Amino acid sequence: MSKPEKLLDKKGLRLDGRKLDELRPIKMEVGVLSNADGSAYLEQGKNKVLAAVYGPKEVHPKHLALADRAILRCRYHMAPFSVEERKSPAPSRREIELSKVIREALEPAVFLEYYPRTAIDVFIEILQADGGTRCAGITTAALALADAGVPMRDLVVACAAGKIEGKLVLDLMDLEDKYGEADVPLAMMPGINAVTLLQMDGSLTLEEFQNAVKMAMEGCKQIYEEQKKALRARYIAIKEAINE
Amino acid sequence: MKSLPTFFESKELVTPGDLLAEGDYIAGENTYQEDKKIFAERIGLVEYDNRKVRVVALRAFYIPRIGDVVIGMITEVGFNGWEVDINAPYTAILRASDVLERGFRPQKNDLLSILDIGDLVIAKVTAYDRGSNPVIKISEPGLGKISRGQLIKVTPTKIPRIIGRKGSMISMIKRETNCRITLGQNGLIIISGKTREDEQLAIMALRKVEDESHTSGLTDRIAEMIRKEKEGRRKNVQT
Repeated sequence: MSKPEKLLDKKGLRLDGRKLDELRPIKMEVGVLSNADGSAYLEQGKNKVLAAVYGPKEVHPKHLALADRAILRCRYHMAPFSVEERKSPAPSRREIELSKVIREALEPAVFLEYYPRTAIDVFIEILQADGGTRCAGITTAALALADAGVPMRDLVVACAAGKIEGKLVLDLMDLEDKYGEADVPLAMMPGINAVTLLQMDGSLTLEEFQNAVKMAMEGCKQIYEEQKKALRARYIAIKEAINE
Repeated sequence: MKSLPTFFESKELVTPGDLLAEGDYIAGENTYQEDKKIFAERIGLVEYDNRKVRVVALRAFYIPRIGDVVIGMITEVGFNGWEVDINAPYTAILRASDVLERGFRPQKNDLLSILDIGDLVIAKVTAYDRGSNPVIKISEPGLGKISRGQLIKVTPTKIPRIIGRKGSMISMIKRETNCRITLGQNGLIIISGKTREDEQLAIMALRKVEDESHTSGLTDRIAEMIRKEKEGRRKNVQT
Protein backbone atom coordinates (compact mmCIF):
# COMPACT_ATOMS: atom_id res chain seq x y z
CA MET A 1 0.00 0.00 0.00
CA SER A 2 1.26 3.49 -0.83
CA LYS A 3 1.76 6.15 1.74
CA PRO A 4 -1.47 7.83 2.79
CA GLU A 5 -1.54 11.64 2.82
CA LYS A 6 -2.56 11.80 6.41
CA LEU A 7 -2.66 9.18 9.15
CA LEU A 8 -5.23 11.14 11.16
CA ASP A 9 -8.30 12.87 9.78
CA LYS A 10 -9.76 16.24 10.81
CA LYS A 11 -11.73 14.73 13.67
CA GLY A 12 -8.58 13.05 14.97
CA LEU A 13 -9.72 9.60 13.89
CA ARG A 14 -7.32 7.06 12.37
CA LEU A 15 -7.31 5.53 8.89
CA ASP A 16 -9.67 2.74 9.91
CA GLY A 17 -11.89 5.10 11.89
CA ARG A 18 -10.52 4.20 15.30
CA LYS A 19 -10.00 6.64 18.16
CA LEU A 20 -6.46 7.18 19.38
CA ASP A 21 -6.78 4.78 22.32
CA GLU A 22 -8.95 2.18 20.65
CA LEU A 23 -7.97 -1.43 19.93
CA ARG A 24 -8.77 -3.19 16.69
CA PRO A 25 -11.70 -5.59 16.91
CA ILE A 26 -10.36 -8.85 18.30
CA LYS A 27 -11.59 -12.44 18.05
CA MET A 28 -10.05 -15.55 19.60
CA GLU A 29 -10.73 -19.24 19.55
CA VAL A 30 -9.05 -22.02 21.51
CA GLY A 31 -8.52 -25.67 20.55
CA VAL A 32 -8.82 -25.23 16.77
CA LEU A 33 -6.30 -27.95 15.79
CA SER A 34 -6.95 -31.54 16.75
CA ASN A 35 -3.43 -32.85 16.10
CA ALA A 36 -1.64 -30.36 18.34
CA ASP A 37 -1.61 -30.69 22.14
CA GLY A 38 -2.85 -27.12 22.38
CA SER A 39 -3.84 -24.51 19.82
CA ALA A 40 -5.43 -21.12 19.36
CA TYR A 41 -6.49 -18.80 16.57
CA LEU A 42 -6.69 -15.04 16.74
CA GLU A 43 -7.94 -12.24 14.53
CA GLN A 44 -7.03 -8.71 15.47
CA GLY A 45 -8.14 -6.28 12.80
CA LYS A 46 -6.67 -7.73 9.61
CA ASN A 47 -4.11 -9.86 11.49
CA LYS A 48 -4.78 -13.58 11.41
CA VAL A 49 -2.61 -15.76 13.62
CA LEU A 50 -2.57 -19.47 14.35
CA ALA A 51 -0.55 -20.97 17.21
CA ALA A 52 0.11 -24.61 18.07
CA VAL A 53 1.84 -26.12 21.08
CA TYR A 54 3.37 -29.60 21.37
CA GLY A 55 4.69 -31.11 24.56
CA PRO A 56 6.26 -31.31 27.02
CA LYS A 57 7.98 -34.17 25.23
CA GLU A 58 11.41 -35.74 24.98
CA VAL A 59 14.03 -33.49 23.46
CA HIS A 60 15.49 -34.30 20.08
CA PRO A 61 18.41 -33.83 19.50
CA LYS A 62 19.17 -35.07 23.00
CA HIS A 63 22.12 -32.76 23.75
CA LEU A 64 19.75 -29.77 23.89
CA ALA A 65 17.98 -31.17 26.95
CA LEU A 66 18.56 -29.47 30.30
CA ALA A 67 18.81 -31.53 33.47
CA ASP A 68 16.96 -29.03 35.65
CA ARG A 69 14.18 -27.69 33.46
CA ALA A 70 12.29 -27.95 30.21
CA ILE A 71 13.34 -25.99 27.17
CA LEU A 72 10.88 -23.78 25.34
CA ARG A 73 11.31 -23.65 21.59
CA CYS A 74 9.51 -21.11 19.54
CA ARG A 75 9.02 -20.55 15.84
CA TYR A 76 7.45 -17.40 14.52
CA HIS A 77 6.71 -17.77 10.84
CA MET A 78 4.92 -15.68 8.25
CA ALA A 79 3.07 -17.51 5.53
CA PRO A 80 4.15 -16.55 1.98
CA PHE A 81 0.67 -15.12 1.39
CA SER A 82 0.51 -13.15 4.64
CA VAL A 83 1.79 -9.92 3.08
CA GLU A 84 1.12 -8.04 -0.16
CA GLU A 85 4.33 -9.05 -1.91
CA ARG A 86 4.97 -12.80 -1.65
CA LYS A 87 7.33 -13.51 1.20
CA SER A 88 9.86 -16.30 0.85
CA PRO A 89 8.82 -19.12 3.19
CA ALA A 90 12.40 -19.54 4.45
CA PRO A 91 12.89 -18.00 7.88
CA SER A 92 14.23 -14.47 7.46
CA ARG A 93 16.55 -12.62 9.80
CA ARG A 94 13.55 -10.77 11.20
CA GLU A 95 11.58 -13.97 11.87
CA ILE A 96 14.50 -15.62 13.64
CA GLU A 97 14.87 -12.61 15.88
CA LEU A 98 11.15 -12.43 16.60
CA SER A 99 11.13 -16.13 17.47
CA LYS A 100 13.74 -15.46 20.12
CA VAL A 101 12.00 -12.36 21.42
CA ILE A 102 8.66 -14.17 21.66
CA ARG A 103 10.27 -17.13 23.39
CA GLU A 104 11.75 -14.81 25.97
CA ALA A 105 8.38 -13.14 26.44
CA LEU A 106 6.69 -16.50 27.12
CA GLU A 107 9.42 -18.18 29.19
CA PRO A 108 8.78 -16.31 32.47
CA ALA A 109 5.15 -17.42 32.42
CA VAL A 110 5.78 -21.15 32.09
CA PHE A 111 6.85 -23.37 35.00
CA LEU A 112 9.69 -24.91 33.03
CA GLU A 113 11.35 -26.28 36.18
CA TYR A 114 8.47 -28.76 36.65
CA TYR A 115 9.49 -30.92 33.70
CA PRO A 116 13.25 -31.37 33.40
CA ARG A 117 14.73 -32.99 30.28
CA THR A 118 11.73 -32.12 28.12
CA ALA A 119 10.89 -29.64 25.38
CA ILE A 120 7.81 -27.55 24.75
CA ASP A 121 7.44 -26.45 21.14
CA VAL A 122 5.45 -23.39 20.16
CA PHE A 123 4.64 -22.68 16.53
CA ILE A 124 3.22 -19.31 15.56
CA GLU A 125 2.00 -18.98 12.02
CA ILE A 126 1.05 -15.56 10.69
CA LEU A 127 -1.62 -16.16 8.05
CA GLN A 128 -2.28 -12.51 7.36
CA ALA A 129 -0.22 -9.60 8.63
CA ASP A 130 -1.24 -6.03 9.27
CA GLY A 131 1.18 -4.69 11.85
CA GLY A 132 1.71 -5.78 15.43
CA THR A 133 2.05 -9.46 14.56
CA ARG A 134 4.65 -10.12 17.25
CA CYS A 135 2.12 -8.96 19.83
CA ALA A 136 -0.70 -10.95 18.27
CA GLY A 137 1.65 -13.95 18.14
CA ILE A 138 2.43 -13.75 21.85
CA THR A 139 -1.23 -13.40 22.79
CA THR A 140 -2.15 -16.42 20.66
CA ALA A 141 0.78 -18.56 21.84
CA ALA A 142 -0.15 -17.97 25.49
CA LEU A 143 -3.66 -19.23 24.77
CA ALA A 144 -2.30 -22.31 23.00
CA LEU A 145 0.03 -23.05 25.93
CA ALA A 146 -2.86 -22.84 28.39
CA ASP A 147 -4.91 -25.08 26.10
CA ALA A 148 -2.10 -27.65 26.06
CA GLY A 149 -2.35 -27.83 29.86
CA VAL A 150 1.11 -26.38 30.41
CA PRO A 151 1.20 -24.89 33.93
CA MET A 152 1.63 -21.12 33.79
CA ARG A 153 2.03 -18.29 36.26
CA ASP A 154 -0.33 -16.18 34.19
CA LEU A 155 -1.42 -15.70 30.60
CA VAL A 156 0.88 -13.47 28.59
CA VAL A 157 -0.71 -10.65 26.61
CA ALA A 158 0.95 -8.26 24.24
CA CYS A 159 -0.09 -4.97 22.73
CA ALA A 160 1.71 -2.05 21.10
CA ALA A 161 1.43 1.69 21.48
CA GLY A 162 3.14 4.29 19.32
CA LYS A 163 3.18 7.78 17.90
CA ILE A 164 1.70 9.00 14.66
CA GLU A 165 1.64 12.66 13.59
CA GLY A 166 2.70 13.69 17.07
CA LYS A 167 -0.08 11.84 18.87
CA LEU A 168 0.20 8.71 20.99
CA VAL A 169 -1.95 5.85 19.70
CA LEU A 170 -2.78 2.32 20.77
CA ASP A 171 -2.43 -0.89 18.72
CA LEU A 172 -0.77 0.31 15.52
CA MET A 173 -1.61 -1.24 12.20
CA ASP A 174 0.82 -1.69 9.34
CA LEU A 175 0.55 1.77 7.74
CA GLU A 176 0.76 3.54 11.08
CA ASP A 177 3.79 1.47 11.98
CA LYS A 178 5.51 2.20 8.66
CA TYR A 179 4.80 5.91 8.38
CA GLY A 180 4.38 6.81 12.03
CA GLU A 181 7.10 8.08 14.31
CA ALA A 182 7.40 5.32 16.89
CA ASP A 183 6.22 1.86 17.93
CA VAL A 184 6.41 0.40 21.45
CA PRO A 185 5.38 -3.26 21.66
CA LEU A 186 4.87 -4.55 25.20
CA ALA A 187 4.02 -7.97 26.61
CA MET A 188 2.94 -8.54 30.17
CA MET A 189 1.27 -10.85 32.66
CA PRO A 190 -1.52 -8.61 33.93
CA GLY A 191 -2.56 -10.90 36.78
CA ILE A 192 0.79 -10.58 38.51
CA ASN A 193 1.73 -7.24 36.96
CA ALA A 194 4.97 -8.25 35.28
CA VAL A 195 6.32 -7.04 31.94
CA THR A 196 8.01 -9.71 29.82
CA LEU A 197 8.74 -7.82 26.61
CA LEU A 198 9.36 -4.16 25.94
CA GLN A 199 10.80 -2.83 22.72
CA MET A 200 10.88 0.52 20.99
CA ASP A 201 11.36 1.54 17.41
CA GLY A 202 11.47 5.21 16.45
CA SER A 203 11.95 8.20 18.68
CA LEU A 204 9.96 9.38 21.69
CA THR A 205 10.66 11.77 24.52
CA LEU A 206 10.96 10.20 27.94
CA GLU A 207 7.53 11.48 28.89
CA GLU A 208 5.96 10.17 25.68
CA PHE A 209 7.62 6.82 26.23
CA GLN A 210 6.22 6.52 29.73
CA ASN A 211 2.76 7.40 28.48
CA ALA A 212 3.06 4.94 25.61
CA VAL A 213 3.97 2.16 28.06
CA LYS A 214 0.98 3.05 30.21
CA MET A 215 -1.25 3.04 27.15
CA ALA A 216 0.04 -0.34 25.95
CA MET A 217 -0.56 -1.79 29.42
CA GLU A 218 -4.16 -0.61 29.33
CA GLY A 219 -4.53 -2.27 25.92
CA CYS A 220 -3.02 -5.49 27.31
CA LYS A 221 -5.54 -5.56 30.13
CA GLN A 222 -8.42 -5.28 27.67
CA ILE A 223 -7.05 -8.12 25.55
CA TYR A 224 -6.40 -10.18 28.72
CA GLU A 225 -10.12 -10.21 29.49
CA GLU A 226 -10.86 -11.44 25.96
CA GLN A 227 -8.21 -14.14 26.36
CA LYS A 228 -9.82 -15.46 29.54
CA LYS A 229 -13.23 -15.40 27.91
CA ALA A 230 -11.89 -17.40 24.95
CA LEU A 231 -10.37 -20.04 27.24
CA ARG A 232 -13.59 -20.47 29.18
CA ALA A 233 -15.92 -20.34 26.18
CA ARG A 234 -15.71 -24.01 25.25
CA TYR A 235 -16.53 -25.29 28.73
CA ILE A 236 -19.27 -22.78 29.34
CA ALA A 237 -20.90 -23.71 26.02
CA ILE A 238 -21.09 -27.39 27.06
CA LYS A 239 -22.50 -26.45 30.44
CA GLU A 240 -25.19 -24.28 28.88
CA ALA A 241 -26.12 -26.90 26.31
CA ILE A 242 -26.82 -29.34 29.15
CA ASN A 243 -28.82 -26.94 31.23
CA GLU A 244 -31.23 -26.27 28.37
CA MET B 1 -12.41 -19.48 58.28
CA LYS B 2 -14.79 -17.36 56.23
CA SER B 3 -12.93 -14.23 57.27
CA LEU B 4 -10.11 -14.79 54.77
CA PRO B 5 -10.96 -13.74 51.25
CA THR B 6 -11.45 -16.23 48.44
CA PHE B 7 -12.25 -14.91 45.00
CA PHE B 8 -14.29 -17.64 43.37
CA GLU B 9 -17.15 -19.97 44.18
CA SER B 10 -16.24 -23.62 44.66
CA LYS B 11 -16.35 -25.52 41.32
CA GLU B 12 -16.08 -22.29 39.35
CA LEU B 13 -14.08 -22.27 36.10
CA VAL B 14 -10.67 -20.58 36.46
CA THR B 15 -7.82 -19.84 34.04
CA PRO B 16 -4.05 -19.56 34.63
CA GLY B 17 -3.14 -16.48 36.65
CA ASP B 18 -6.49 -16.11 38.37
CA LEU B 19 -6.11 -15.04 42.00
CA LEU B 20 -7.89 -17.77 43.94
CA ALA B 21 -7.32 -16.86 47.57
CA GLU B 22 -5.38 -14.53 49.77
CA GLY B 23 -4.17 -15.11 53.31
CA ASP B 24 -3.60 -18.25 55.33
CA TYR B 25 -4.26 -20.85 52.65
CA ILE B 26 -2.31 -23.84 51.36
CA ALA B 27 -1.63 -24.18 47.64
CA GLY B 28 -2.85 -27.58 46.35
CA GLU B 29 -2.70 -29.16 42.91
CA ASN B 30 -2.37 -26.87 39.91
CA THR B 31 -1.97 -23.75 42.02
CA TYR B 32 1.04 -21.78 43.18
CA GLN B 33 1.68 -19.42 46.02
CA GLU B 34 3.39 -16.06 46.07
CA ASP B 35 3.34 -13.78 49.12
CA LYS B 36 0.26 -15.37 50.70
CA LYS B 37 -1.59 -15.16 47.42
CA ILE B 38 -2.67 -18.32 45.63
CA PHE B 39 -3.00 -18.35 41.85
CA ALA B 40 -4.23 -20.94 39.34
CA GLU B 41 -1.72 -22.65 37.04
CA ARG B 42 -4.13 -24.36 34.67
CA ILE B 43 -7.65 -24.13 33.27
CA GLY B 44 -9.91 -26.02 35.62
CA LEU B 45 -12.43 -26.02 38.40
CA VAL B 46 -11.37 -24.47 41.69
CA GLU B 47 -12.03 -26.30 44.96
CA TYR B 48 -11.77 -24.82 48.43
CA ASP B 49 -11.29 -27.55 50.98
CA ASN B 50 -10.93 -25.91 54.37
CA ARG B 51 -7.61 -24.07 54.03
CA LYS B 52 -6.47 -25.96 50.97
CA VAL B 53 -7.06 -24.51 47.54
CA ARG B 54 -6.76 -26.73 44.50
CA VAL B 55 -7.72 -26.74 40.84
CA VAL B 56 -9.07 -29.82 39.09
CA ALA B 57 -7.47 -29.35 35.70
CA LEU B 58 -9.53 -29.63 32.53
CA ARG B 59 -6.46 -29.65 30.30
CA ALA B 60 -3.27 -31.44 31.39
CA PHE B 61 -0.92 -34.23 30.42
CA TYR B 62 0.17 -37.32 32.34
CA ILE B 63 3.11 -37.21 34.73
CA PRO B 64 4.04 -40.64 36.13
CA ARG B 65 3.58 -41.42 39.81
CA ILE B 66 4.88 -44.52 41.57
CA GLY B 67 2.11 -47.11 41.90
CA ASP B 68 0.02 -45.87 38.95
CA VAL B 69 -1.40 -48.47 36.60
CA VAL B 70 -0.81 -47.28 33.05
CA ILE B 71 -1.32 -48.55 29.52
CA GLY B 72 1.69 -48.29 27.26
CA MET B 73 2.92 -49.18 23.81
CA ILE B 74 6.31 -50.75 23.10
CA THR B 75 8.36 -48.36 20.96
CA GLU B 76 11.78 -49.97 21.06
CA VAL B 77 13.29 -53.34 21.91
CA GLY B 78 16.76 -53.16 23.40
CA PHE B 79 19.30 -55.71 24.67
CA ASN B 80 17.97 -56.00 28.18
CA GLY B 81 14.55 -54.43 28.06
CA TRP B 82 11.96 -52.37 26.23
CA GLU B 83 11.15 -48.73 25.84
CA VAL B 84 7.46 -48.01 26.35
CA ASP B 85 5.43 -44.96 25.35
CA ILE B 86 3.14 -44.26 28.31
CA ASN B 87 1.61 -41.03 26.94
CA ALA B 88 3.88 -38.94 29.19
CA PRO B 89 6.74 -36.51 28.48
CA TYR B 90 9.12 -39.33 29.40
CA THR B 91 9.34 -42.82 27.86
CA ALA B 92 9.20 -45.65 30.38
CA ILE B 93 11.66 -48.50 30.73
CA LEU B 94 10.52 -52.10 31.09
CA ARG B 95 13.37 -54.36 32.18
CA ALA B 96 13.70 -57.86 30.78
CA SER B 97 14.69 -59.16 34.22
CA ASP B 98 11.24 -58.13 35.42
CA VAL B 99 9.38 -59.91 32.65
CA LEU B 100 11.41 -63.14 32.66
CA GLU B 101 10.98 -64.58 36.07
CA ARG B 102 13.69 -67.22 35.88
CA GLY B 103 16.47 -64.81 35.32
CA PHE B 104 17.38 -63.19 32.07
CA ARG B 105 20.19 -64.40 29.81
CA PRO B 106 20.76 -62.15 26.78
CA GLN B 107 22.12 -65.02 24.67
CA LYS B 108 19.20 -67.30 25.27
CA ASN B 109 16.05 -65.17 25.55
CA ASP B 110 14.67 -63.45 22.50
CA LEU B 111 12.98 -60.28 23.69
CA LEU B 112 11.22 -59.73 20.37
CA SER B 113 9.27 -62.95 20.78
CA ILE B 114 7.94 -61.79 24.15
CA LEU B 115 6.97 -58.23 23.35
CA ASP B 116 7.33 -56.63 19.93
CA ILE B 117 7.13 -53.02 18.82
CA GLY B 118 3.51 -51.90 18.80
CA ASP B 119 2.38 -54.31 21.51
CA LEU B 120 0.24 -52.83 24.25
CA VAL B 121 0.82 -53.59 27.91
CA ILE B 122 -0.89 -52.85 31.19
CA ALA B 123 1.90 -51.92 33.59
CA LYS B 124 2.61 -50.39 36.94
CA VAL B 125 5.07 -47.57 37.60
CA THR B 126 7.69 -48.80 40.08
CA ALA B 127 10.22 -45.98 40.03
CA TYR B 128 10.25 -42.39 38.87
CA ASP B 129 11.88 -39.14 39.90
CA ARG B 130 12.95 -35.88 38.28
CA GLY B 131 16.37 -37.24 37.39
CA SER B 132 15.54 -40.39 35.49
CA ASN B 133 12.89 -41.94 33.29
CA PRO B 134 10.10 -44.00 34.85
CA VAL B 135 10.52 -47.75 35.27
CA ILE B 136 7.48 -50.00 34.89
CA LYS B 137 6.74 -53.64 35.58
CA ILE B 138 4.21 -56.14 34.21
CA SER B 139 4.86 -59.06 36.56
CA GLU B 140 1.79 -58.88 38.71
CA PRO B 141 -1.72 -60.27 38.39
CA GLY B 142 -3.85 -57.99 36.25
CA LEU B 143 -0.85 -56.59 34.40
CA GLY B 144 0.73 -57.79 31.18
CA LYS B 145 0.26 -57.81 27.44
CA ILE B 146 -3.09 -56.80 26.03
CA SER B 147 -4.42 -59.18 23.44
CA ARG B 148 -7.81 -57.72 22.53
CA GLY B 149 -10.09 -54.72 22.81
CA GLN B 150 -10.22 -51.17 21.59
CA LEU B 151 -7.90 -48.42 22.75
CA ILE B 152 -9.02 -44.85 23.32
CA LYS B 153 -7.24 -41.81 24.67
CA VAL B 154 -8.76 -39.26 27.05
CA THR B 155 -7.34 -36.30 28.96
CA PRO B 156 -5.47 -37.97 31.87
CA THR B 157 -6.90 -35.62 34.49
CA LYS B 158 -10.37 -36.91 33.65
CA ILE B 159 -9.65 -40.49 34.72
CA PRO B 160 -10.85 -39.80 38.32
CA ARG B 161 -14.12 -38.43 36.92
CA ILE B 162 -14.52 -41.52 34.73
CA ILE B 163 -14.03 -43.69 37.82
CA GLY B 164 -16.53 -41.58 39.76
CA ARG B 165 -17.16 -41.50 43.47
CA LYS B 166 -16.20 -44.95 44.82
CA GLY B 167 -16.19 -46.21 41.24
CA SER B 168 -19.85 -45.36 40.65
CA MET B 169 -19.40 -44.07 37.11
CA ILE B 170 -17.15 -46.79 35.72
CA SER B 171 -19.06 -49.65 37.35
CA MET B 172 -22.30 -48.27 35.90
CA ILE B 173 -20.80 -48.08 32.40
CA LYS B 174 -19.35 -51.59 32.71
CA ARG B 175 -22.70 -52.97 33.90
CA GLU B 176 -24.82 -51.24 31.29
CA THR B 177 -22.57 -52.01 28.31
CA ASN B 178 -21.32 -55.49 29.35
CA CYS B 179 -17.76 -54.48 28.56
CA ARG B 180 -14.49 -55.04 30.33
CA ILE B 181 -12.86 -51.66 30.75
CA THR B 182 -9.30 -51.14 31.91
CA LEU B 183 -8.33 -47.59 32.83
CA GLY B 184 -4.74 -46.42 32.68
CA GLN B 185 -3.94 -43.44 34.91
CA ASN B 186 -2.16 -42.02 31.86
CA GLY B 187 -5.42 -41.45 30.00
CA LEU B 188 -5.45 -44.60 27.86
CA ILE B 189 -8.41 -46.94 28.16
CA ILE B 190 -8.89 -50.49 26.86
CA ILE B 191 -12.45 -51.59 26.17
CA SER B 192 -13.33 -55.14 25.28
CA GLY B 193 -16.86 -56.44 24.96
CA LYS B 194 -18.74 -59.35 23.43
CA THR B 195 -19.77 -57.38 20.35
CA ARG B 196 -18.46 -54.37 18.52
CA GLU B 197 -21.69 -52.52 19.27
CA ASP B 198 -21.16 -52.93 23.01
CA GLU B 199 -17.67 -51.52 22.71
CA GLN B 200 -18.91 -48.63 20.59
CA LEU B 201 -21.52 -47.82 23.21
CA ALA B 202 -18.94 -47.83 26.00
CA ILE B 203 -16.66 -45.55 23.99
CA MET B 204 -19.55 -43.16 23.40
CA ALA B 205 -20.28 -43.05 27.11
CA LEU B 206 -16.61 -42.49 28.01
CA ARG B 207 -16.29 -39.68 25.47
CA LYS B 208 -19.36 -38.02 26.89
CA VAL B 209 -17.91 -38.20 30.41
CA GLU B 210 -14.70 -36.62 29.12
CA ASP B 211 -16.50 -33.77 27.37
CA GLU B 212 -18.87 -33.00 30.21
CA SER B 213 -16.62 -33.79 33.17
CA HIS B 214 -17.08 -30.30 34.60
CA THR B 215 -20.88 -30.51 34.89
CA SER B 216 -23.08 -31.97 37.63
CA GLY B 217 -25.54 -34.88 37.54
CA LEU B 218 -23.36 -36.63 35.01
CA THR B 219 -23.75 -40.28 36.10
CA ASP B 220 -27.52 -40.11 35.68
CA ARG B 221 -27.24 -38.46 32.28
CA ILE B 222 -24.78 -41.11 31.06
CA ALA B 223 -27.00 -43.94 32.32
CA GLU B 224 -29.96 -42.40 30.52
CA MET B 225 -27.98 -42.01 27.31
CA ILE B 226 -26.87 -45.65 27.35
CA ARG B 227 -30.42 -46.85 27.99
CA LYS B 228 -31.79 -44.75 25.14
CA GLU B 229 -29.11 -46.01 22.76
CA LYS B 230 -29.86 -49.60 23.68
CA GLU B 231 -33.59 -49.11 23.15
CA GLY B 232 -32.94 -47.51 19.78
CA ARG B 233 -30.93 -50.55 18.78
CA ARG B 234 -33.56 -53.00 19.88
CA LYS B 235 -36.13 -51.19 17.76
CA ASN B 236 -33.81 -51.28 14.77
CA VAL B 237 -33.40 -55.02 15.16
CA GLN B 238 -37.16 -55.57 15.32
CA THR B 239 -37.99 -53.54 12.20
